[in-house]
Amino acid sequence: MTAPIIIVGAGQAGLQAAESLRSEGYAGSLTMIGDEPHTPYHRPPLSKAYLLGEFTAAQLAIRTPEALAKKGIDLRTGITVSAIDRATKRLRLTNGDELDYAHLCLATGARPRPLPLAGADLDGVFPLRTLADTQAIAARLPSASHVVVIGGGFIGLEFAAVARKLGKAVVVLEAAPRLMPRAVTPMMSDFFRDLHIAHGVQVELGASVCALLGEQGKIAAVHTGDGREFPADLVLVGIGILPNAELAQQAGLECQHGIIVDACSRTSDPAIVAAGDCTARRLADGNLLRLESVQNAVEQGKSAAAALLGKERPFTANPWFWSDQYDIKLQMVGLAAGCDRTVVRGDLAARKFSAFHYRGRTLIAVDSINSPEDHMPARKLLDLGLSPAADELADLSRPVNALISR
Amino acid sequence: MPRITYIEPSGNQTEIDLPEGWSLMQGATSNGVEGIEAECGGSCACATCHCYVESHADRLPAPSETELSMLDHVAAERRPNSRLSCQLKASADLDGMVVRLPICQS
Repeated sequence: MTAPIIIVGAGQAGLQAAESLRSEGYAGSLTMIGDEPHTPYHRPPLSKAYLLGEFTAAQLAIRTPEALAKKGIDLRTGITVSAIDRATKRLRLTNGDELDYAHLCLATGARPRPLPLAGADLDGVFPLRTLADTQAIAARLPSASHVVVIGGGFIGLEFAAVARKLGKAVVVLEAAPRLMPRAVTPMMSDFFRDLHIAHGVQVELGASVCALLGEQGKIAAVHTGDGREFPADLVLVGIGILPNAELAQQAGLECQHGIIVDACSRTSDPAIVAAGDCTARRLADGNLLRLESVQNAVEQGKSAAAALLGKERPFTANPWFWSDQYDIKLQMVGLAAGCDRTVVRGDLAARKFSAFHYRGRTLIAVDSINSPEDHMPARKLLDLGLSPAADELADLSRPVNALISR
Repeated sequence: MPRITYIEPSGNQTEIDLPEGWSLMQGATSNGVEGIEAECGGSCACATCHCYVESHADRLPAPSETELSMLDHVAAERRPNSRLSCQLKASADLDGMVVRLPICQS
């Protein structure tokens, strides 16, 4: 019997790779190994609809075990891979078992960046990454009244919105001078600061946390470097993620803040591909790009499957992302870093607008607030490489759609 | 539980009993019905769970403004009976409903 293709990781990227292998015609043996006890599930609703009680855990499942079995995907959950021996093409598992592979897809994901402070392990201090994390938070939320969110990124802000909806007092502590500094432009940072303040959140920028204080093992307060104390009975730590690249690194694969892959999801070993949050993609200009998103997981999963079948399917689409906070839907496409001009279409005060970011005359990114009618055609503009003149985009009497088909 | 019939792009039909409150997207994707991508997991952000409502249309709530805007940008042909399946929640009223899935979602 020939050795199977093994996918390490049963998240969005691993599942996509498995299903794309099948839809592209791979009929051989296919095993997917996940360290969580669940079938692949949607993570984005964890910090939104799931915590608000709008989804149950069963509704998060991307596929039932039966649906996977029907496609001939042998899912093994609750199992951790401890080493890859590339010379013998063999995986070692923490339970002592060994598995031979013909090809390997690493989709090991990422884990929350730990807060490197004493008190980070106090009862009541939570990360938010997995279903188990979220269930622990959901169990604690009813008895919590003072929520402190450390980190004003997407996870922290989505959770802050949920906690406010549930009537908690909420403080967001962000070390940088603005919210979501790595992901959005200063204008959008200001928009979200104002939004959260309007909903009653205390937003503290430039606030570096220096200590977490407990009472009888439970979180009681968070101290910042400027000497202030914020009482807390629930702390959410959302200060970014670390790619799970150690397995690859120890096996000698090229890694740098992630498993380095090319546009086709190939690693430095021809028998191994990688996809999703665990990767850093080498761009044509030599720079590395780390994306942490569903789209990245799906696109790289498709590319990885194609690569294993000897085909090239480069991931070239513009990155897109979304967030839901209160009644606000943020949709983003492209990367705004390096923009030197922004044109606003719509009305900031009405919380319905799109920001078109240019570098020189080239449109490089678009962020939309409650404006899917602008955003979806804006995605097409970017994917087609079109850069309409700024005054055309600002003109609300002219649909963005009309700028595509000319 | 309301029973929903999905017609896949290949013409293959699958009947699924959906718990009330589940979206038609969740019922289809979790059971491996072909023809839905649902990249955003059901938050009406991606327009890749497009379906054609073949029956029971009069028992559905009208689409929201967001859903209508997203429907303008589905990959396959938009028809009068186009909806996003993540926005359609199963209820007893919809027992026997038939939805057809388009040839492409992206």
